[in-house]
Amino acid sequence: MNALATILEVRGLSVSLPIGGKLTPVVTDMNLSIARGEAVALVGESGCGKSMTARAIIGLPPPGAEIAGSIVLKGQELTQLTPSERRRIGGREIGFIFQEPMTSLHPTLSIGAQMTDGLRYHLGLSRTAALERARELLDRVGIPRGRDILAGHAHQLSGGMRQRVVIAMAIACGPSLVIADEPTTALDVTIQAQVLDLLARMREELGLAMLYITHDLEVVADFCDRAIVMYAGDRVEDGQPEQCLTRPRHPYTSGLVAAIPRMGGTSARLSPIPGQVPPVGAWPAGCRFAPRCAIADEICATRPVFDAGVRCWRPLASPAP
Amino acid sequence: MIRYIGRRLLLILPTIFVPLILVFLMLRLAPGDPAAQILGDQATPDQVAALRHDMGLDQPLVVQFVFWLKGVLTLHLGASFFFRQPVIDILPSYAFVTIQVALLALFIALVVGACAGVAAALKRDTPIDRGLVALAVLGLSLPEFWFALLLIFLFAVTWRIFPVAGYVAPSEGLVASFMTIALPAIALGLRQSALMTRMMRSSMLDVMSEPYIATARAQGLPERRVVLRYALRVAAAPFVTVAGLSASHLLSGAVAIELIFSLPGLGKLLIDAVGRRDYPVVEGAVLAIAIMLAILNLAIDLLYALLDPRVRLS
Ligand SMILES: Nc1ncnc2c1ncn2[C@@H]1O[C@H](COP(=O)(O)OP(=O)(O)OP(=O)(O)O)[C@@H](O)[C@H]1O
Ligand code: SF4
Ligand SMILES: [Mg+2]
Repeated sequence: MNALATILEVRGLSVSLPIGGKLTPVVTDMNLSIARGEAVALVGESGCGKSMTARAIIGLPPPGAEIAGSIVLKGQELTQLTPSERRRIGGREIGFIFQEPMTSLHPTLSIGAQMTDGLRYHLGLSRTAALERARELLDRVGIPRGRDILAGHAHQLSGGMRQRVVIAMAIACGPSLVIADEPTTALDVTIQAQVLDLLARMREELGLAMLYITHDLEVVADFCDRAIVMYAGDRVEDGQPEQCLTRPRHPYTSGLVAAIPRMGGTSARLSPIPGQVPPVGAWPAGCRFAPRCAIADEICATRPVFDAGVRCWRPLASPAP
Repeated sequence: MIRYIGRRLLLILPTIFVPLILVFLMLRLAPGDPAAQILGDQATPDQVAALRHDMGLDQPLVVQFVFWLKGVLTLHLGASFFFRQPVIDILPSYAFVTIQVALLALFIALVVGACAGVAAALKRDTPIDRGLVALAVLGLSLPEFWFALLLIFLFAVTWRIFPVAGYVAPSEGLVASFMTIALPAIALGLRQSALMTRMMRSSMLDVMSEPYIATARAQGLPERRVVLRYALRVAAAPFVTVAGLSASHLLSGAVAIELIFSLPGLGKLLIDAVGRRDYPVVEGAVLAIAIMLAILNLAIDLLYALLDPRVRLS
């Protein structure tokens, strides 16, 4: 993999939000890089900072957020851009797919109007040209009769169809990176598989770099080249999904894997991780996982450094050579 | 859409006839004899009885009602006892004044309310937002007539920008005419805009946190475009409903404020006619106000359907 093919390079990203009048870190020391055609999964329980990481990358954090670190997209340092330049990166260079297909499309604008807005703004297409392009895009994401769909509204479409439309919008202006924030969570299982297939196909056909946010490591194991496991705003493990599943190195990853329900498994012995995720603002000073970790030691009162793919003083197995 | 309009048209019938029937009953069941009133103190009982017969007041209530209903349906509203000319000829010029004031007030309320509401929402929690909200609260707590008197005192008496009272028809000079209705319209509209500001602000804040706004932003569209094209369209829908309620309120407000500003509108006509026991004019004025309200509500419904395609289908 050569350096030129690196699409996104995030270094030392921290996001702090004003919570209860105090600036509170919700993501710390985030590093990640995604190459052309590569898919990286961001995995972790609810509230660990996955969406906030994504929102920082696309430049749409909540009001009052403070962002530190470097975000480089195709060699361009995004944190140095003026707000309006930064804004234009979205849609043009980065496509974003949201979790809720039922509410992420506008309720009263036609599908056509929503799909063509970005095309006309970023690519300067005429109305008719943009509509024609939108129809092609719909065709591409597996929606026939595009013309009818474009004239219609979101409420006339099923959840799966809406998510296809959202995917079409995300790839409309030919971005190099697509961020999908739990794009299938709200869908039926069969539809989930279809949408995942579609994303995989788009990635291959368009050579997209993809950041795929999920709380289910198993679902993305085939789909992603790398997985980053997050816990309480931290990147705790970074490796191949298969390896994370079969030979997790961080005790938290190991706990996550143990809690995955197995289909047709011999027993229903799910072992959820004991204790609870500490809320933001109440993270332990040392290892944030320490209060729940079975093998915690004195050294764990000191914050572990991220080393060899894992942020832990006492990683479990060693990685495959 | 045609079916939708048809259904709406059916629904407005009661809003016209219920007030009319109430007025019909109230006038006839209230004590006091219009015939005696018209003829004055010197009239003999025979003269009064003759006039009562001419006016149909000696008939049973049911018969009177049937005649009256026939009259209303064919727009034969009878002749004014006082003006001695057909009611239908009297109404238009009075209605015109009321409509003028109400429309101008609505325009002021909508424009000021929408702009202030959107501005407050976009500048949420800044001094601009707090200032606008404070003004709106102040506006809502002032009684309308008090506000009207304050305006008269400031702009008509102290600074002499507007006339204190009276009316000039547009045919006698557009500017002079505008000046006579401006102050009553401002008094009505500005106060109503306080309600609209609060409404628009909260509606806008709700919409701006919707996922589809995040989608539009993630598309890289400029914030202006997101606000004007994506957010306002949705935020305006409840706003239109409130505007409809407001417009009804403004129409009745116009009727009331005419008395303060001595404007020859339906309100003044109605009050004067009640004093004179001029039944046909009272009924005519109520009919005119009811029809205007009904048309207004219909227009609001249609506007609502245009803004939101889901309404048309349901
Ligand atoms: N607008 C906001 N204001 C204040 N705090 C917020 C806001 N949005 C999120 N948070 C907090 O920031 C932390 C990270 O949230 P984030 O949305 O990134 O979690 P997530 O990993 O995406 O979770 P989920 O799986 O539920 O989507 C959470 O603790 C959350 O409570
Ligand atoms: S650093 Fe210590 S407490 Fe944290 S995960 Fe590793 S072993 Fe457990
Ligand atoms: Mg999230």
